[in-house]
Amino acid sequence: MSMSGIEEKARLAREKKALYGTDVDMQSYESEAKPQSVVENAEDLPSVVKKAALDVGVKLDGESSGEYVQMDQTPVVAKSLYEGVEIMDIASALKKYDGLADYWWKLVAPDADKYTADVAAAPPAGYFIRAKKGMKTVFPVKSCLYLGSTNLNQRVHNIIIAEEGSELHVITGCTTPAHVQRGLHVGVSEFFIQKDAKVSFTMVHSWSKEVEVRPRTGITIAEGGSLSNNYILLRPVKTIQTFPTATLAGRGAVASFNTVIYSTMGNIDVGSNVNLNAPETSAESISRVVSVGGEVIARGRMTGRVPGARAHLECVGLLLSDKGRIYSIPELDGQSRDLDMSHEAAVGRISEEELEYLMSRGLNSEEATSVIVRGFLDVEIKGLPEDLKQEIKNITQREDLKGS
Amino acid sequence: MHLLEIVDLSVGIGNKQVLKNFNLKIGQGETHALFGPNGTGKTTLLNVIAGIPRYTVESGQIVFKGEDITHMSMDERARLGIGMAFQRPPAIRGLRLKDLIKIINPKADAQEILKRMDFTAFAERDVNRGFSGGEVKRSEMVQLLAQQPDFVMLDEPDSGVDLENIKLIGEAINTLTQKDLRPSARTKSGIIITHFGHILEYMKADRAHVMLNGSIVCSGNPAEILGQIKKSGYEGCAACLCPA
Repeated sequence: MSMSGIEEKARLAREKKALYGTDVDMQSYESEAKPQSVVENAEDLPSVVKKAALDVGVKLDGESSGEYVQMDQTPVVAKSLYEGVEIMDIASALKKYDGLADYWWKLVAPDADKYTADVAAAPPAGYFIRAKKGMKTVFPVKSCLYLGSTNLNQRVHNIIIAEEGSELHVITGCTTPAHVQRGLHVGVSEFFIQKDAKVSFTMVHSWSKEVEVRPRTGITIAEGGSLSNNYILLRPVKTIQTFPTATLAGRGAVASFNTVIYSTMGNIDVGSNVNLNAPETSAESISRVVSVGGEVIARGRMTGRVPGARAHLECVGLLLSDKGRIYSIPELDGQSRDLDMSHEAAVGRISEEELEYLMSRGLNSEEATSVIVRGFLDVEIKGLPEDLKQEIKNITQREDLKGS
Repeated sequence: MHLLEIVDLSVGIGNKQVLKNFNLKIGQGETHALFGPNGTGKTTLLNVIAGIPRYTVESGQIVFKGEDITHMSMDERARLGIGMAFQRPPAIRGLRLKDLIKIINPKADAQEILKRMDFTAFAERDVNRGFSGGEVKRSEMVQLLAQQPDFVMLDEPDSGVDLENIKLIGEAINTLTQKDLRPSARTKSGIIITHFGHILEYMKADRAHVMLNGSIVCSGNPAEILGQIKKSGYEGCAACLCPA
């Protein structure tokens, strides 16, 4: 698609509502952002930004394979710290690689809805991460998307390419500081996981009560490639809607989605959508939702199109208050013989028996509830480096998670 | 002084009365065994002493360390020194056994306790999750060894346990009830429900009771009572040793 073709499509889709989620009034947000100052190293960033990044699991200490930080619309750091990974801001990458013709808007359509259209119409900002052929990162690439101005519409477009046989771990924290009252974050992400490449992508969100969020993600996984996608949201938000779509395009490709949500308010509509299009592919989606308020819609869709594909969905919700709602929608779509697809969904309260058991050991009812909720959210994520695993555990365990 | 005193206790669950004018006294340093057929109220008794809220105490009193605990919450009772090994405890997802030990008692030597119960391999496992019947019992003992209650209640700690582990569990119960000390020095007490009495070969019980239909019908020496039950059944035992 030519650049003018993209713009044309985007123009026509400007009013196109998304299939899911509440409709955002785009006009009520400002699309022009003040430029921010660029720094040499992430360590030189304002302390408020570093602190916010740390809070979403992104420790900007140079112990990484690379760093990308975007403040509002300005990429303030984009730097590789390991020869195996190329990191640039996306505008530079478009220039260097002649418009990234094989990647740009290939997995997400510019006219998918008004949010993608809005990103397509705006000057590009976001990260470009390329794990080079056969290169394996040990430390994760760390990125932070920081929405620091009230009322801003922050638009991001990211590309990740994991070339053949590479191994790449990315942690992205998206956050607003406390002083930002209101904002919109729209992020388009396109991930290309090539033959035998192994990628983990961990995203931690921490927004505030008047922030709306619309990530749009497309992923393709080639033969023998694998993805572990982890999403964590534990803090209040006004609305979020996202439904990343992964296509297992080559033999033996694997995708696993882990979603951890603690909801106190707002409208949270999240899930994953996997197309199993090649033989011997397998996909798993596990979501754990705790709600003490707000509405959570947990979606999961798996479509099996070839014999031998295996898919499993698990949506489990703990509803701890009458003020909350958990709506679990697991969908399995089998379109071939010899498929193995299953799902498990449950929404309920904390078991009395478990509470009593812990109370018989001397924990009061609040402590027991908190221990059970933490345990519930402690999803065992396979295939992550040990310190990243620990980081995720720290995030899910530090919060003041309570019953109603 | 009696560590535990149950006076004229009547307890219901739903519309059903499960304990009727129940009386029991357990002195400091004493360990009692409780026998009786299924459904006679033995587990209910332990649950009521522990304070599980789904039972209704209709009348009577439970006094522990001289304090009326009849309407006290479970965790208050636990902090006052009551501990329980459950017959079928629930699994807790995401809570590692070693972390639970630390929560129960931050000062407990978790490694030593786990080693003692030959349970080190389970330290990182979720509590009771996927444990076999016998492993669950060892998990319960590990937690009680950390908790160090003054009064320990054991609901069939030997069911589903192999011979080697019965010995380990019996010895742990002896530790919890201070059977290594001379009788006059013991301050901790216990009560154990057992069906076949195998565990009594590995631990010391001072006194035994036979329960039928929500009441104690006979009390006496553990070996004597167990022998009589084996010979003539629960009712026969009560009729023979404790005629009304």
